[in-house]
Amino acid sequence: MSEESAVVTGKKPFVPGKSLLTPFNIIAGIIVIVGLFITVLRFTKGLGTVTNLDDNYPWGIWIGFDLLAGVALAAGGYVTSAAVYIFGMKRFHSAVRPAILTGFLGYALVVFALHYDVGRAWRLPYPFIMQQGTTSLLFEVAACVALYLTVLFIECTPAPLEWLGFKKARNIAVKLTMLLTIFGVVLSTLHQSSLGALFLLAPSKLHPLWYSGYLPVFFFVSSIIAGLSMVIFESTLSHHYFADKMDETHMNEKEGVALGFGKAASLVLAGYFSIKVIGIAVDNNWHYLATGYGAWFLVELIGFIALPCLLYAVGVREKNLTLIKWTSGLAVLGIIINRLNVCLIAFNWHLPSEDKYFPHWMEIGISVFIVTVGILVFRFVVTRMPILYEHPDYKDSH
Amino acid sequence: MSISRRKFLGWLGAAGMGTALGSTANAASNKHFSGYPDSVGVLHDISRCVGCRSCEAACNKVNELPPPDQPFTDLSVLDTKRRTTPEAHTVVNKHELAKTPVFNKIQCNHCLEPACASACFVSAFKKTAEGPVSYDASVCVGCRYCMVACPFEVPTYEYNKAFTPRVMKCTMCYPRIMEGKLPGCVEVCPKEALTFGKRDDLLKVARKRIEKHPDRYIDHIYGEKEMGGTSWLYLSDVPFADIGMREDLGVTSAPQLTAGALSGVPLVVGLWPVLLTGIYAMTKRKEKISQEETAEAVSLAIAETEEKGAEKLSAALKKAEKDKDMAIQKEVKKALEEVKKTFEEARTQEETQEEQKEEKA
Ligand code: SF4
Ligand code: SF4
Ligand code: SF4
Repeated sequence: MSEESAVVTGKKPFVPGKSLLTPFNIIAGIIVIVGLFITVLRFTKGLGTVTNLDDNYPWGIWIGFDLLAGVALAAGGYVTSAAVYIFGMKRFHSAVRPAILTGFLGYALVVFALHYDVGRAWRLPYPFIMQQGTTSLLFEVAACVALYLTVLFIECTPAPLEWLGFKKARNIAVKLTMLLTIFGVVLSTLHQSSLGALFLLAPSKLHPLWYSGYLPVFFFVSSIIAGLSMVIFESTLSHHYFADKMDETHMNEKEGVALGFGKAASLVLAGYFSIKVIGIAVDNNWHYLATGYGAWFLVELIGFIALPCLLYAVGVREKNLTLIKWTSGLAVLGIIINRLNVCLIAFNWHLPSEDKYFPHWMEIGISVFIVTVGILVFRFVVTRMPILYEHPDYKDSH
Repeated sequence: MSISRRKFLGWLGAAGMGTALGSTANAASNKHFSGYPDSVGVLHDISRCVGCRSCEAACNKVNELPPPDQPFTDLSVLDTKRRTTPEAHTVVNKHELAKTPVFNKIQCNHCLEPACASACFVSAFKKTAEGPVSYDASVCVGCRYCMVACPFEVPTYEYNKAFTPRVMKCTMCYPRIMEGKLPGCVEVCPKEALTFGKRDDLLKVARKRIEKHPDRYIDHIYGEKEMGGTSWLYLSDVPFADIGMREDLGVTSAPQLTAGALSGVPLVVGLWPVLLTGIYAMTKRKEKISQEETAEAVSLAIAETEEKGAEKLSAALKKAEKDKDMAIQKEVKKALEEVKKTFEEARTQEETQEEQKEEKA
């Protein structure tokens, strides 16, 4: 904790008098210390010491949550920039910067988390520099994530460049917007769907209710839902904590963003619901619904797809922002549950329950640590750079 | 947020085109592979296996694996179900069935089109032309996707090594085969439950055994077609499902399972930018049109104002002129009146003077 506060003191000179020992900072500090401790263990003692992974469950929550759910939840970047720049919904413009920033942070953290999960982290560039396993969908995921991270990085640069006052560089970066947006949508389509396609190889291990030839489509469509919901979710959180950083445009557009994105999310959820049902019908898997896994599947289908779809629709019609806010949380939770189902819960469904995986507390510790790092960096950036407001020198310049 | 009809139809068309093209591409990429000619394999005749664990011991020796906790002669380990581990490329499991216990040996099946090789993003796994599926630890990143992919739950991982963890699995004793030796387990088997040879020959041997003893064997060679076929084959006198060997794997090979998803890549890469630019252009055009419309409206408004202004001005001028005229007239009138007044005053004065003169006279 002392480290954490030391770091913050060093970087936060402009809030004199305000104590750094806020409850948030204390908790974040403890998490960071514990995270660093587990990190040392992980890289000196190996995966076996800090995880419950075994030969039947080579992938745990670092893949199910950090990678699969993380990438889906970071979809806000491409969804928002596509809506604004390609589909011309200029009235959501103020949502772009925070969405791109969270997208970038999200992907950066996913890549960071992968370093913990793979056996030899220093070899992560090997698929590109040693041998390309082009038959592998994981290769496609790796290539797209690497490229997309670069795209997001460039898309993010205008804010720090404005902050630092580098006008020329900033204008070049802004000129690339259209190109980067299209590039980002292409890459996102590819890797969002490929994450689902990873499991196409394991028809005998993934429960038939979740296994489907449509897995790539399911993952892609649900990433749009995750992206839209995260933008709403995040904007309410930001509004709560960083309201002083928001300019008038952001405040004025906020409501419109919630309504517009809520409506879009409701429509996409309806579509997602139907293709999920079609998925069962095509493989004629109805009889599985009567089993225990079937009940759990229905919880996901009704409670986390149909329900948020309905609630979003009601919230938009009645202009009930509180309802939309809560629904976005529900939808986000639904996507996380879906990814955990595919990767862990419905995976190896044929194994007896004593062989099933449950995460080690240190695995959870690292996941929490990584999310905390993300929040800390987000806070650092939005309290300094023009994210939630427009830089006075660059108003009307888009 | 209202989406105009035209925009909506545009999106719909774009989506439809994507899916239509996707399905044709999937159909075009199916390919079949029935194994390298003359590649080798092993036939395991489960009906002959007595569960002596000699193969486990031999495997441990030839692969220089760490010694086990319990010696290989201890047959009590057979009482619990086991799977391959980083320290054991092969294990024998006992299945207590109605008549007598049945034993089966688990190790890598050396698939003809291995899921592990399909999955690996550095191509660490390769199906060699000789038959064994080889693994190259010097490039392995340790993502463990191969383990997720393997339908036979074979590969294992050295989770307890911090710096050099490897995926561990049976190699079919590839190095020994290349030296002309038998795989360790095959060589040592006292019951000849394991037979090494060319896969094609092994299939013939297996078929002959089934023909000769139709009452003894199940009429199925496990591995001939499973998951596209494997180099390790099995014969059994009890149903395979009863001894934990999955019969629901199907005959589709791993590459076929992912062919559709992979062929979608060039489509997305090729089509998305075109579609998105198209949508962008449409949006832009609409914006331009609406901008033009706004501009027109503005100029019209300006023109109108100007016209009105002109009218007003002239009216004002006119009014001013009128006012001026009136003022002049008023002045003139005033002047005239004054003149008149003075004139009259003068007359009255004259008259008075005349009257006074008359009086004087
Ligand atoms: S059995 Fe598993 S590990 Fe062996 S070749 Fe087949 S897929 Fe690979
Ligand atoms: S763990 Fe190694 S061998 Fe297995 S897929 Fe990953 S890189 Fe390839
Ligand atoms: S072929 Fe070699 S590596 Fe494989 S189980 Fe037999 S002895 Fe072990």
